Amino acid sequence: MKRPAATRPQSAPRPTPAPRPKKPLTQSHAWLAHHLYVLLASLGQFLRSPVSNLMTAAVIGIALALPTSLYLVLENTQHIGQSWGGTAQISLFLKANIDDAKAQQLADKLQQRGDMQHIRVISRQEALQEYRNLSGFGEALNVLQENPLPAVIVLQPVANITPSNTPKLIEEFKQFPEVELAQFDMRWLQRLFAMMSVVERGVWILAGLLALAVLLIIGNTIRLAIYNRREEIEIHKLFGATDAFIRRPFLYSGLWYGFMGSILAWLLVYAAFWMLREPIQQLSLLYHSEFELVTLDIPASLVLLFSGMGLGLLGAWLAVGKHLRVIQPK
Amino acid sequence: MISFNDVSKRYPNGHEALKHVNFHLEKGEMAFLTGHSGAGKSTLLRLIALIERNSGGQIIVHGQHLGKMPDARIPYLRRLIGVTFQEHRLLFDRTIFDNVALPLVIAGFRHQEIRRRVRAALDKVGLLEKEKSYPITLSGGQQQRVGIARAVVHKPPILLADEPTGNLDPVLATEIMGLFTQFNQVGVTVLIASHALSLIKSLGYRTLILEQGSLIGDTYPTPL
Ligand SMILES: Nc1ncnc2c1ncn2[C@@H]1O[C@H](COP(=O)(O)OP(=O)(O)OP(=O)(O)O)[C@@H](O)[C@H]1O
Ligand SMILES: [Mg+2]
Repeated sequence: MKRPAATRPQSAPRPTPAPRPKKPLTQSHAWLAHHLYVLLASLGQFLRSPVSNLMTAAVIGIALALPTSLYLVLENTQHIGQSWGGTAQISLFLKANIDDAKAQQLADKLQQRGDMQHIRVISRQEALQEYRNLSGFGEALNVLQENPLPAVIVLQPVANITPSNTPKLIEEFKQFPEVELAQFDMRWLQRLFAMMSVVERGVWILAGLLALAVLLIIGNTIRLAIYNRREEIEIHKLFGATDAFIRRPFLYSGLWYGFMGSILAWLLVYAAFWMLREPIQQLSLLYHSEFELVTLDIPASLVLLFSGMGLGLLGAWLAVGKHLRVIQPK
Repeated sequence: MISFNDVSKRYPNGHEALKHVNFHLEKGEMAFLTGHSGAGKSTLLRLIALIERNSGGQIIVHGQHLGKMPDARIPYLRRLIGVTFQEHRLLFDRTIFDNVALPLVIAGFRHQEIRRRVRAALDKVGLLEKEKSYPITLSGGQQQRVGIARAVVHKPPILLADEPTGNLDPVLATEIMGLFTQFNQVGVTVLIASHALSLIKSLGYRTLILEQGSLIGDTYPTPL
């Protein structure tokens, strides 16, 4: 920003009888002090009519809270996906005529591939035992002469599950003559990831729209403020105020709206997730999972704060650019 | 200090408020501008402060051609000019002190300097004890004097006054005119638009007379 002293026209000598004093050397201090003064004065203006200003800030806060909480929902879903993705398993149900020895052979073959971190053979006997224990149909099974269950090989791929390459793997296993059925236990996870990328895009679109809404809200508020202070602006211009000088308080008040809006958004999101915490904890207990709810950490909070303030400043800038020029002193 | 060279002003509605006006005001000179209501006095003052732009001719203020001045430079021109208005134009939500301080705040003066100068200016117009009051609590004449304090507080080389005695009784009017002559004596170029013909005559300064936008008289006082 140009300092006024630097651009004051000096084409004619100053009149000697009424010399203007040399600008004091501490001018830049004065300039800084002025900025600070305007910053605080615009806060004062904000606090002078707290109800209407807080209402504006609340609208901004809600608009910011929506994409923020959706972002958190997304983060949490990703978190769940990852923590379960690590346990993704592929089950190979072998053909009925494959006995335990052949099953073990196949398992050894698979072991040599090197892309499985864990291989477990569930023999036909073990499968039966497991089924007995879990299903409660144990008595009924006793009636059967023969074990109807096939041996199963449970595989855990080395890499964390990547939804893109598991289908290929499954196809490959299906080609094995010993394999009756190859099944990826976490097919829903793939769908979840696919859905999440759709939702993610949706969140961005929504965030964009709501950012636009925030711009409009702040722009309109600042526009009203400008017209309410029309006379003041005209008088300032009559006494040599530059556009930058007149713009400044409005820009700062835009900044304050954004700031207050962000704080409110943060509180809203915090409150919402705090209310969700207990039911989610119970849910995760049911799944024997140590799922920790992701909430707004410091970087995310700062992003929220600066986005709010940035939008406030931008909205004010647009309004000021459009409406201040129209006001000329008469 | 102020030169008008064949200056005309046509308002957007087509009204010709000034027609081919010529005059020159020396640095440190003081003059009155008179004429009937609607003659174009306020318009002429507005052209000097670039509140309006002239539609014809050439104006030079403080060595600068106003016709060539870009909008971004206008604020710095206005800081060389103190103005008082026919309708005072004080800010009613600010104290007298803050109203008078306005030109200094705009020019970026330091806090202590602002205090010192505002109080000196208020003292000059006899309203120092009102510094914490609001304009609404003041009489018309007092508001006019606040306007004058605001116009001179930053010690501009040029002072333009539009009808500064409109609301005042003759005694106070004479007193106010006395203030302007004092400013003039310390070197300020002063141009005052006024109806108060008898008062102007008694003061004995150069007088420009407008009629329907034309300058029909430019009289100098006859030396005694
Ligand atoms: N903004 C404007 N648009 C159109 N016409 C205007 C405008 N301002 C002034 N005028 C016209 O220009 C003429 C001169 O106006 P001006 O205000 O300069 O007169 P004045 O000499 O100051 O009068 P008064 O003594 O009543 O203040 C008037 O006829 C007025 O109607
Ligand atoms: Mg007038």
